Formats: sequence, C-alpha cells, structure tokens
Amino acid sequence: MKKSALFAAICVPAFLAAAPLAAKTLVYCSEGSPENFYPGINTTGTSFDVNEHIYDNIVDFERGGTKVVPGLAEKWDISADGTVYTFHLRKNAKFHSNKNFKPTRNLNADDIVFMFERQWKEENPYFKVTSPNHSYFTDMGMPKLLKSVEKVDDYTVKITLNQPEAPFLSNLAMQWAGVQSKEYADAMLKAGTPEKIDQDPIGSGPFTLVNYQKDAIVRFKAFPEYWGGKAKIDDLVFAITPDASVRWAKLQKGECHVMPYPNPADLEAIKKDSNVTLMDQPGLNIGYLAYNTTKKPFDDVRVRKALNMAINKKALVQAIYLDSGVPATNPIPPAQWSYNKSIKDDEYNPEAAKKLLAEAGFANGFETDLWSLPVQRPYNPNGKRMAELMQADLAKIGVKAEIKSYEWGEYRKRAQAGEHQMAQLGWTGDNGDPDNFLHTLLGCASAQSASGSNIAKWCYKPYDDLVTKAKVVTNQAERTKLYEQAQVIFKEQAPWFTIAHAVQLKPVRKEVVDFKLSPFGRHTFYGVDIKGK
Amino acid sequence: MIRFILTRLSLLIPTFIGITLAAFFLIRLVPGDPIETMAGERGIDPARHEQLKKDFGLDRPLLVQYGIYIGRVLQGDLGKSVVTRESVLTEFQTLFPATVELGICAILFALILGIPAGILAAVRRNSIFDHGVMGLSLTGYSMPIFWWGLILILLFSVQLGLTPVSGRIDVLYYIEPVTGFLLIDSLFSDDEGAFLSALEHLILPTIVLGTVPLAVIARMTRSAMLEVLGEDYIRTAKAKGLSRFRIIALHALRNAMIPVVTVIGLQIGVLFTGAILTETIFSWPGIGKWLIEAIFRRDYPVLQGGILLVGAIVMSVNLIVDLTYGLINPRIRHTR
Repeated sequence: MKKSALFAAICVPAFLAAAPLAAKTLVYCSEGSPENFYPGINTTGTSFDVNEHIYDNIVDFERGGTKVVPGLAEKWDISADGTVYTFHLRKNAKFHSNKNFKPTRNLNADDIVFMFERQWKEENPYFKVTSPNHSYFTDMGMPKLLKSVEKVDDYTVKITLNQPEAPFLSNLAMQWAGVQSKEYADAMLKAGTPEKIDQDPIGSGPFTLVNYQKDAIVRFKAFPEYWGGKAKIDDLVFAITPDASVRWAKLQKGECHVMPYPNPADLEAIKKDSNVTLMDQPGLNIGYLAYNTTKKPFDDVRVRKALNMAINKKALVQAIYLDSGVPATNPIPPAQWSYNKSIKDDEYNPEAAKKLLAEAGFANGFETDLWSLPVQRPYNPNGKRMAELMQADLAKIGVKAEIKSYEWGEYRKRAQAGEHQMAQLGWTGDNGDPDNFLHTLLGCASAQSASGSNIAKWCYKPYDDLVTKAKVVTNQAERTKLYEQAQVIFKEQAPWFTIAHAVQLKPVRKEVVDFKLSPFGRHTFYGVDIKGK
Repeated sequence: MIRFILTRLSLLIPTFIGITLAAFFLIRLVPGDPIETMAGERGIDPARHEQLKKDFGLDRPLLVQYGIYIGRVLQGDLGKSVVTRESVLTEFQTLFPATVELGICAILFALILGIPAGILAAVRRNSIFDHGVMGLSLTGYSMPIFWWGLILILLFSVQLGLTPVSGRIDVLYYIEPVTGFLLIDSLFSDDEGAFLSALEHLILPTIVLGTVPLAVIARMTRSAMLEVLGEDYIRTAKAKGLSRFRIIALHALRNAMIPVVTVIGLQIGVLFTGAILTETIFSWPGIGKWLIEAIFRRDYPVLQGGILLVGAIVMSVNLIVDLTYGLINPRIRHTR
C-alpha cells in the first residue's frame, strides 16, 4: 500500500503555467493521425494535410483556390496537340535532411521521374515498398494516360500522354504527386531499409518533419532554405484531437489556433466568441440523389423532373445541414470554375409534380426503393434522416418509397452496379477541375462501367459529347463554355436531384493572420502568420 | 504453488486460441474489406481489387489465412497495419505505455478513494456519510464516460482554467520516448516543467477513467466489510478489548479484501473498455483509439494483433490477482 500511495502522489493534481514560447509556433488541432508519410498511397485528407507541408509538387494549386500555379516547375510548355508537356524545373529547390540522410544535390529531373515510376512501373524497386496500392495515381487514370516520362536534362522533364487530357495539370497538383528524393531512396535501398523514406520523410516543402508520435502530435519546423522563402511561422504543430467538442475547448482556451470540422452544436458558442473567427466557404462537393435512368420509371425524364419538384429542398437542407449546407442547383459547386450561375433550380411544387407524373402515366404514383447513405459523409451528415424526409415528401404525390441501406462498401458497389432505383451519394472534388465532377460522375464511360461513379447510369449523348470534348480542349475559356452548356442539359434531363453543397466551417483564432480556406478542405500553413509574437 | 501456476498457465492456451479465433473470424463477418473501405466514393475496379487482395494476402481461403496468421503469431510476427503499413507490434509498443500510464493512475485513484470510502461507509452504516458514498458511487457508476469527460473539461479547463484540455503534455515540450511512460521520461528530461505538464495532463483523464472502478470498489469494499464485521471472530476481537482501529484495519479489512481484489482484477478489463472513450475525449495516444479506428477501417492485422495482446494482458493480470489471494489470506493456499 505504501508503494501505491507513493505512486498515487505522483498522479495527484499539480498546476503549472506553461513555459513561454521562444519562437512563433502555430498549433493546429487536427482530427487524426496521418496514414504514413508517402503521399502516393495516402487516401485521407488528414494524411494530405500533413504531407502537403513536407513535399512539393511539379505544379501547385494557388493558396485558397483551384487555379494551377508553378511549383517545382517554374514554367511549362504544352504541345499544340495537347499530348506533350515539357516542365522546366527551378534550380534552387533543396531537400531537407535528417538523421538518416544528408542530400548532396538540389531537386532535379531524376526526382520527378522517380515520383512517376514508383507509382507506375512494377519493376521499380520502390513500387511495392510500403504499399503497392497507389490509389490516386490509378484513379486519376495515370496508367492509361501516361505514355512516357523522360528526363531531357537535369532540370527539364518531358511527359508524353497517350491522348490529350485537359485536367492533367490539375491532377499533377494533387497530393499523390508529391516529390520524394531519389537520392534518399537510392541510399535507403542500398542500406536495406527502403521503407525509411516513407517513415522519416525528406521532401523539398516549406516544413521539415521534426517528430511524429502516433495519435498525439506531428511537429514541423520551418525549412529555412525553402525555395519560396522561409515560412512566417517557425514551428508548426499538429495536436491530434479526434473529438470535435474537445477541439473547440482547446481553441477557446488558446491551446490551438485553428481547428477543422466543428461540432454543429458548438456553432452558436463559436460565433459568439470574440477571440475566434468562424470562416466559411461552400466546399468542392455535392450531395445528390441519383435516379437510375436505366430502370423504369426513371427512364422517363418527366418522372425524374416530377420527383425533383416534389421534394422540398429548402426544408430538407435546413433540417439536415443546419448552417453547414447550401441547396445545390448544379452538379458542381459554386466554387468550381465554369459553374453556370444562370441556371434556375426546379421549383418545389407538388401540384405540378403530380400533373407531370400523370402525364407520364403515373397518375396514381408508383412504388420505388430509396437507398439511404449508411455513413456520415462530408456532403451528407445524415442519410437516414434525409431519406425519411424525402419519403414523406414523395408520399404526398403518391410515390411510395421504401428506404433501404447496406454497409458502406457494399452500398457503393451495388449502387455502382446499378441495383437501385434511387440512391443517395455524393462527391468531393479531387483536382479542382469540372471534369472531375461532370465527366467522372455523369459521363457515358462511367455509366457503362460496373465500377464507374455514374450511378444514375445516365448516358446522354449530347451531354457526353460536350464533356468529352472539354476534356481534350486546353483553352480554359472554351472549356468553360462547354461545361456551362453541359450543366444546362443536366438540369433539363435531371438524372439527379441535387441536394446540397456542404459548407466548410473553420474556427480560427483572431491572432492568426492570412489563413486561407482551401476549396479542397486542406489545411495549409505556409504563408500564415501569428500576430503579436 | 508451482503446480497451481502451471495449471493456470495451461488453461491460458485454449483461451488464447479462442481469442485468436474470435478476433480473426468475427472481424471478417463485418461486411466490407480494408481495400473497399479505403476506396471511398471513387470505388475500385474489380480487377484491381482482386490484385490488391492478393498483395495483402486476403485472396486465400479463410482457414488458410488463419493458419498463416497463427504460424506468424507463434514466431512473434503480428503483421503490418493495412492502413499505415507499420508493424502492428511496433504500433502497439508505441501506444501501449500511454494506456498503461493512464490505467495505473486511474486504478490508484480508484483504490485510494474507493477503499477508505467503502470502509468508512461500512463502519458508519446508515449514517449520512454511508448514504452519501453509496449515492455518489451509484451516480459515478451510471455516468456516461463521454459526457462526464466533456463536463469536466468544460468546468475545469474552459471555465476555471485549472487544467489543460487534452493531450499528454504541453505541445511546447518534446520528450524523446525512452520508456514510453511520459511521467518517467519527462522526469529525467532536461526540460524544466515537462514533468509537471505531464502530471497536469493526467488529472482529468485519470478522474474520468477512474470513476467507474472507484464506484465499484467503494461499493464492493462496503459490502465485504459489512459481511466481515458481522462475523464471530470480530465479536471475539471486540470482546478481547482490541482497539476499534485494530479490529477494522487488521482483522476485518484483510478478510474483506479478497472479493475486492477479485473485483480489481476484473476492473482491468473494464479499464480497457473505458480507455477507448477516455482516450478519444482526451486525445490520449493509447491503444483504445487505435483499435476503434482499426474497426472503422477494417484494419484486420491491427484488430487481430491488438485484441490478442490486450487479451493476453488481461489474462495475465487476472492470474496475478489470483496468486495474490494467498498473500492476503493465508488460509487460501494454492498448493495441493
């Protein structure tokens, strides 16, 4: 008992003021741990947030936007036919160093080629290191698209594509294309510890990783030799805090400066706190209800239109999203370039809906299934409740909807196979290109594939021609026109009931200067400063 | 004694096999696999899905997978996490000390408050103190951990500013893990104030995790004491004119402790369950949160390995508890 009493004394409350800060430290209360430090196999935003600070890309998204700007490549040329991209790399991009490795050279073309080959060529010794599952590289269609990646000279890389692909540059700005050091990789391979490059990462980004403790903390230091100039803050700390209300408590107390994903119940208090600003922006996402256009009665556009008019969208969004959603008109969010502002949403009018149904031969309504999302997703906080509200609205025009659901993986697989009549789903944009919504989610290629994302199975030639053309045209103004037209056709044909775009809400302490919301929902702290320190 | 230990140890073998079977097959009954779960909205091409299943060794018949798994476990290899690609054992070793540190503090908190409270309640049976202790312990036992944690944070951290909100230590301190027990590592570090910061961070999670065991121990001590206090030998002791303190502390308590020690052993399992919620609220980097996340992501190797290791620890602790009976009460000897 004596021993335990001694031990207990150690655990007894003690209070102490924290030591003063020596440098400018920004603390971000992140929601979870990164998967690892290899962006090529990462799938979660949590991992991207971490790795974005360590690695650089050939091109970047501008801070707070979707526009592609120079990154490791100072400039680039695109051949007239849109299939050859020549990147001219900056010569002053240096790599970090750590206890395993000190780089002897600056970043060059070898590193860029390595980034591609590691994910692309099975014979590359790194292809299977850590994981062979390079999901984004595959999902963005790179294996089919890439013909060759060649080093022209130390600072020039030539990429040849099998066909023109307008979103290619945007794809390269995504996190999967973060560049690792080939020299480090070679050294670790020689040492027999290739996996080290993904555990003790070396990149050329604005911050170096100082230390990572799983589920506790990720600690970075500003890299003084960063080609874009040293970050304004000296230290960056990710304090991993999984519970949203606890994140808010920490922010309130000044234990962190920025937090993601607030709890809706805390929003009132957050708005009232004079030390905190609640930043908001509709995210690059869409929640929708897809009609299976290959199944009766949804093969008739009048039925789809009627249902669009039968559901009270405003009430639905209010009830499900509270302050964190805006009703959606188009299949792309307003933050996406080429968003067609002139399109009017289908009005809520149950009487007109009934008439239209009668015209289509369903004067007495019909029976259908209604699949509700089994999990909370960024674009849909509560699929089940939403389905119940939809069911009630549809009943008013005589449509009896039976709510169904499956386990999430199963749900998606069955929906992609087209087993449903009506199913809720949604999307979060990957690369800031409208193609990522309009072609990926609604194009014919995707409708015809059993694992495609077009779960409305909607293949409409006039629409598909537009979005396919827009994929190969490189002029953005021309692409914008094509996409605007495509949105008009989408609205007329109504393969979806567009529900809402979730708004990203970000409580930020007032001493934080120049933090910008990323349409992708990323959290980037290069360029951010802290007042009064 | 040795025979007893050997018998108990041999009983662990079927239990161990049971745990591996349950951990292996139950997880696989949950629909979805790690590859699909990772794919999200984008889905995955069936051919690629098959290829990845092959790469992760998930394409073989279940019994074969189980056989391979057991073979590896016997060699001390628990596999790699599907998500982080880190060895399960390494992850466990990194996270487990945090859970143990919190668990030890919580159980000490429960013992130091629970046993005296239980004794006093029994001695002053039906007094206000007794009713108060029993009422509070019932409340503590019924308290949802999640709610209790948040209330304490709001009161002590946000309103009164007395304790930090969450985490294991202030972010200003970086303590290189040597033992993994932050109290020990920070005590020997050069950072002044690191140890006290680690202590401060332990207060609220200790209270939250210790509340249920505290309630159980207090109630158990009370009822065991009441039973013992009614025994003949206590009356004899009183008749002999022994002091009240001696009767309670030496004669009654020692006998009353046997059921209490059993309960303490069982509370270790409860602590692991409570740790899952407590660790999530207080951003405590232990194994509770690790296992929960593994369920969401269908991270089979982490779940199998984690459950196996936790099971082994709970069994070992209970074995030790059984062995301590003999120390507390010489009438119980494990020799025969």
